[in-house]
Amino acid sequence: MAYSNKVIDHYENPRNVGSLDKDDPTVGTGLVGAPACGDVMRLQIKVSDDGVIEDAKFKTFGCGSAIASSSLATEWIKGKTIDQADEIRNTEIVEELNLPPVKVHCSVLAEDAIKSAIADFRAKQEASRALTGE
Amino acid sequence: MALSFPIYMDYNATTPTDPRVVDAMLPYFNDKFGNAASRSHAFGWTAEEAVADARAQIAQLIGAAKPKEIVFTSGATESDNLAIKGVAHFYQSRGKHIITTKIEHKAVLDTCKRLEKEGFEITYLPVDKSGLVSVDAVRDAIRDDTILVSVMLANNEVGTIQPIKEIGALTREKGILFHTDAVQGIGKTPFNVQDMNVDLASISAHKIYGPKGVGALYVRRSRPRVRLTAEVDGGGHEFGMRSGTLNVPAIVGFGKACQILNDEWVDEAKRLRELRDRLLHKVTEALDELSVNGSMEHRLPNNLNISFTYVEGESLMMAIKNVAVSSGSACTSASLEPSYVLHAMGVSDDAAHSSIRFSVGRFTTEEEIDYVADLMIEKVNKLREMSPLYEMFKDGIDLKSVQWSAH
Repeated sequence: MAYSNKVIDHYENPRNVGSLDKDDPTVGTGLVGAPACGDVMRLQIKVSDDGVIEDAKFKTFGCGSAIASSSLATEWIKGKTIDQADEIRNTEIVEELNLPPVKVHCSVLAEDAIKSAIADFRAKQEASRALTGE
Repeated sequence: MALSFPIYMDYNATTPTDPRVVDAMLPYFNDKFGNAASRSHAFGWTAEEAVADARAQIAQLIGAAKPKEIVFTSGATESDNLAIKGVAHFYQSRGKHIITTKIEHKAVLDTCKRLEKEGFEITYLPVDKSGLVSVDAVRDAIRDDTILVSVMLANNEVGTIQPIKEIGALTREKGILFHTDAVQGIGKTPFNVQDMNVDLASISAHKIYGPKGVGALYVRRSRPRVRLTAEVDGGGHEFGMRSGTLNVPAIVGFGKACQILNDEWVDEAKRLRELRDRLLHKVTEALDELSVNGSMEHRLPNNLNISFTYVEGESLMMAIKNVAVSSGSACTSASLEPSYVLHAMGVSDDAAHSSIRFSVGRFTTEEEIDYVADLMIEKVNKLREMSPLYEMFKDGIDLKSVQWSAH
């Protein structure tokens, strides 16, 4: 498989690998994919009071383009508001990384991971608002 | 000795042509360029003589009774096609049932699928978790209308060696023809068509340090005399079984490659086993959560297939890009399906995605083994640090209990 230089760069120097505390109320965690399909992504965001993504971390089990897609996703969403991050489309990832057609599903998974992390964060916020009776 | 890159550890895919083989071939490109079918002049006679010598060398390596039992083809894919279709088409009035296994090479499986469309019935035998076919399963599958059993000598992905001698004894007793795709086993494990009662055997030159583009089909001439319907019609070359002008330089190289194996294979197999075991030992010492796919007991000496659990195979191959290996991961195939061989052995799809095949050969050195082992250990650790699955495993989460979103 001939990968673009951008995929190779993200693969060899992945940005933002790691974990955030999933129990922290300001952290949202998305876990998407399945081991049997050959790719699993976990993407986490830490969101400030004004809704800006202060930090993002990922861990990915998958091929080179899955790792690159998730690395790129964390890079893009950092500093964005959660609403802006929610608007990132997989096609933008495909374009940026020059993914071949057989690897498009990796970008879909990265978009899902962002959405899933945001949804988790929002659900936590809802739950804490309900608790404090706001 | 200094290492040179990239390092080749994919000898089950193909082998470099041995320099002794190349030397033997060279005169047949120019000085001795004749057509082996030209009976009327010296150019033809010289070529014919070279082909006869190669036939004898190949016959000797596999224990064939007569050189003319060797039919040259373009490679083992064609040999498998000729053996299975040739028998099916010649003997179809006797019956239309063929027995094979789920882990055969695609050249056998896809040929059988083609025959199914023509109205033949094929039984695809399962293998156990160590990648072995049982003789009892072959016995149970035999019917009155069974005309052929085709079981490979050794598997290309996991290197498991099948009980060919026992199956040969059974098919001989039942009066059914027996074909084996012997491509991977030749020169690495004992193989003798007489001792093993094999009636047809496919072999390939490029897996045994000969050139690409040439192979052979052993076709037994007596007790029983095997008949085939030719698949390629033309000038009636190769005893009417495979027409087409012979590729004399390649055939000479094929013969030379067999003669070298005749002299050297026993020592070579011992050396390859030591190298392979050294690699296995080093990685298992340093890494947890590995599983070896396929029997270690009934296995080619040069093959190692390991699942590096929690790491995906293609990304691991990218991490070791200076080393040529192959993977059972879907991501390395056009179809996005993980290895059907591992699947047939009951290896989970997760483990198949994590599998790497190492195959060592004639030019592999101990320094290369040590380098590759150290590199694997470093890169697997690095990728596991990046793997959410490894973290979950370390946290004691049962991955099977997680509700995954299949995609």
